[in-house]
Amino acid sequence: MKYNDIILQTVTKFISFLIFLFAVYIFFNGHQEPGGGFIGGLMTSAVLVLLLLAFDMETVRRALPIDYKLMTAIGLVFAVGTGVGSFFFSVPFLSQTFGYFHFPVLGELELTTTLAFDLGVYLVVIGTAMTIIQTIGEDK
Amino acid sequence: MFTILHLAIIAPFLAAVLVPLLYKFIPRIHTGWFVLIVPIILFSYFLSYLPEVSGTGSVMKTFEWIPSLGINYIAYVDGLGLLFALLITGIGALVVLYSIYYLDKHKEQLNNFYTYLLLFMGAMLGLTLSDNLIVLYTFWEITSISSFLLISYWYTKEKSRYGALKSLLITVMGGFALLVGFVLIASVTGTYSIRGILEASDQLADSPLFLPAMLLILLGAFTKSAQFPFHIWLPDAMEAPTPVSAYLHSATMVKAGIYLVARMTPLFAVSAYWFWLVTGFGLLTLIWGSLSAIRQTDLKGILAYSTVSQLGMILSMLGAGAAALHYDSIDNNAYTIAVAAAIFHLINHATYKGSLFMMVGIIDHETGTRDIRRLGGLMTLMPISFTIAVIGGFSMAGLPPFNGFLSKEMFFMSMVEITHFPQYSVDSIGILLPIVAWTASIFTFVYCMMLVFRTFTGKLQKEKLPTKPHEAPFGMLLSPLILVALVVFIGFFPNTLVPTIIEPAMASIMPELAQTGSFGVDIYFWHGFSLELFMTIGVVLLGTAIFLALQKWNKMHVIFPENRLFNQAYNRSLEGLDRSSHALMSWHMTGLVRDYFIYIFSFTVVLLLFSLFGTGAFTIDVENMVPVSPYEAILSLVLVGSSLILMFTRSRLKAVISLGALGYTVALFFVLFRAPDLALTQLTIETVSVTLFLLCFYHFPQIFDALKETKFHAVNFVISATVGLTVTLIGLSASGTRLFPAISDYFLENSYKEAGGNNVVNVILVDFRGFDTLLEILVLAIASLGVYSLIKLRLAGGENK
Repeated sequence: MKYNDIILQTVTKFISFLIFLFAVYIFFNGHQEPGGGFIGGLMTSAVLVLLLLAFDMETVRRALPIDYKLMTAIGLVFAVGTGVGSFFFSVPFLSQTFGYFHFPVLGELELTTTLAFDLGVYLVVIGTAMTIIQTIGEDK
Repeated sequence: MFTILHLAIIAPFLAAVLVPLLYKFIPRIHTGWFVLIVPIILFSYFLSYLPEVSGTGSVMKTFEWIPSLGINYIAYVDGLGLLFALLITGIGALVVLYSIYYLDKHKEQLNNFYTYLLLFMGAMLGLTLSDNLIVLYTFWEITSISSFLLISYWYTKEKSRYGALKSLLITVMGGFALLVGFVLIASVTGTYSIRGILEASDQLADSPLFLPAMLLILLGAFTKSAQFPFHIWLPDAMEAPTPVSAYLHSATMVKAGIYLVARMTPLFAVSAYWFWLVTGFGLLTLIWGSLSAIRQTDLKGILAYSTVSQLGMILSMLGAGAAALHYDSIDNNAYTIAVAAAIFHLINHATYKGSLFMMVGIIDHETGTRDIRRLGGLMTLMPISFTIAVIGGFSMAGLPPFNGFLSKEMFFMSMVEITHFPQYSVDSIGILLPIVAWTASIFTFVYCMMLVFRTFTGKLQKEKLPTKPHEAPFGMLLSPLILVALVVFIGFFPNTLVPTIIEPAMASIMPELAQTGSFGVDIYFWHGFSLELFMTIGVVLLGTAIFLALQKWNKMHVIFPENRLFNQAYNRSLEGLDRSSHALMSWHMTGLVRDYFIYIFSFTVVLLLFSLFGTGAFTIDVENMVPVSPYEAILSLVLVGSSLILMFTRSRLKAVISLGALGYTVALFFVLFRAPDLALTQLTIETVSVTLFLLCFYHFPQIFDALKETKFHAVNFVISATVGLTVTLIGLSASGTRLFPAISDYFLENSYKEAGGNNVVNVILVDFRGFDTLLEILVLAIASLGVYSLIKLRLAGGENK
């Protein structure tokens, strides 16, 4: 049987970018406003799930050939890496710091080491959610 | 400070890391040549300690490893430790050299072999040169594990795996007993330092824990040193490659138990139990081992039981030596000879037994069999191996002019001497000790003769040998030749060892006596026509008679029936353990999630209710509560409604939708309570999890079939109602009790100041409680890998069917 998903597919093509952008925005803004790696990651997985629903698993895989297990691992490396990085400055494991920097176009911005940690969280959340969904989805 | 001594102890571990790389990238050169460097350097390094340690000297180096916890890495070299360090590295070097010719570089997994061997070497060094009992215990277990790995080196063989498992189970069981014993000692003396414990030995002697601690430590030592009735693992461990048998299972690892007994002698020697247990089990093992050895037809089997028996002999001498510690001074203290004999025999045993194992390895390598019924007449074909066998075998039998004769005489002397000991009713039943020792020595003589003459003399049975016998290459003969040279050298010049090794080691075993003067050990061949000499002559005469008779008269089995009692007990208990744990597991691990929920929930409820009411924490205080707003009332009704639908619906789709409704309502609650982060998270989680449910639909059974069978379960109902009740009660009590000011104020205040973030929730997640988050994402990652492997593995299994 062939499903007629033309509306869902068309909408998805546009809206998934918007959600993804929003997820990235929420991720970067997490330190000051509601958001952060966890929510950002979940929202990004929601985009991917939407793509999976609108198209099929094979199509999404061709478009985004990502190994989500690897993504989880890279995320963990980021998170642990920020922890281990503390050792080089003779401070306890997982010490975080921040500072204000001036950028050419964006003006003055705050940069934190927690962003790297949060990136780890972000990647692990996406990796985990998508590994589980993909594995169960493929299991026919 | 981290010194060269510390480096020397961990050097084998560091080298073990390099072995696989060398094996992989330089395959043309046998990996053993690189490994050989390590024990040679270490041996010469430890030799440099000889002058410092002579007399009663010792060297102690402390490296503060984790100073904040008071955990230090203390290396301690005294006479006893140095003796073992020299044995480990010296025999280690010879064994590595021998293994280069024994193991083929094309056919064998050399990287595994040498990694395990270096692991063992480092662990053994750490064990003998440590001042801390916990460190000693850790290294003790590493030796067990590396022994397991080495025995199962040819892991495709069923017998190797059996032997490896057996040795691991028995020695690790003893290791656990040892750990408990150490903890008991530390609880009395308040320190884990061996030096500190020896100083507090009076305190321990008065404690009721003295006897339990002693028994547990002896259990550990006896299992490791293969004492009766735990000796059963050693013969099965002979499945290991011969270099391993020579190194671990005769020269070093099995002597760790002896090391421990020697170390603990100053602590426990005051006890009659110690004297009788160590001496008694030592002699029992001695005679049991020598009687069992005669029955063997496998050359390595003979050597295994002979090792068991010789270890018993060394232990019995240490036990008898404990008598010396009952006197305050060295003068007129004849019992110190037993300790000297124990140490001397320890060294001698390592030399001749090492050479004999290597000789047997050569026979095995060049003829393809180790069965003495098929061997014979090799004397002319393998003259050098024959020489090695004669010197090693005659030394073990206790014949002059080899070192074994000297220590055997000293053994007899100490056993005769001990009968004069006036305490512990030794003067009445002590006469048994020299008799048992003498009888066992006769059988020792018999198996030594079997080993030499059944292999090398008689008729050559070429048709029974798998390969054509010929002499081994020179490299393979080099190590055993060095060892038999030592056998002869020590035999003629035993007194070179006395001031350098034997007396310092005695000083470690009897520290208080060593303060009062020199031990004055003097070893020589001719004692005049003493009782010991007649005992030796008796051994030779009777032994020869039995050996000659044994050829025709193979009725030993009638006198001494093949006793598999202890092996059967081991096998039975293993099977029983397997069966009973399987029964226990299948009784409660049903594989049904609802059963697990029952366990989890009932336990949680019991625990929580108990602590809630048991500690009197239950209060209801409505003063601080805000009135319920209409929004909240409506949302609560929706919550209750959707959960009721969830429970009673018969359609799966409805269930998923009501579950979604439940989740979204909770998200609305978060919005009402002004928690945007939580609301956002909840919303996205609900979305993703509903999708997951849709995916899982495919795999679920038909809900109607399942529901038709479901009846009302009163127990389940009670449990679920209690869970709800408990959570509510705890919630009420928690909000009614304020013992501490809330931590939220701290976070609100410091979030921007300390972490530069306005979003407190996120700052807590990534900064203040970053460790929690780190572990949480680790759990997530593990869970996803779990799901992945569960499903993928099941698929693979399905395809196989």
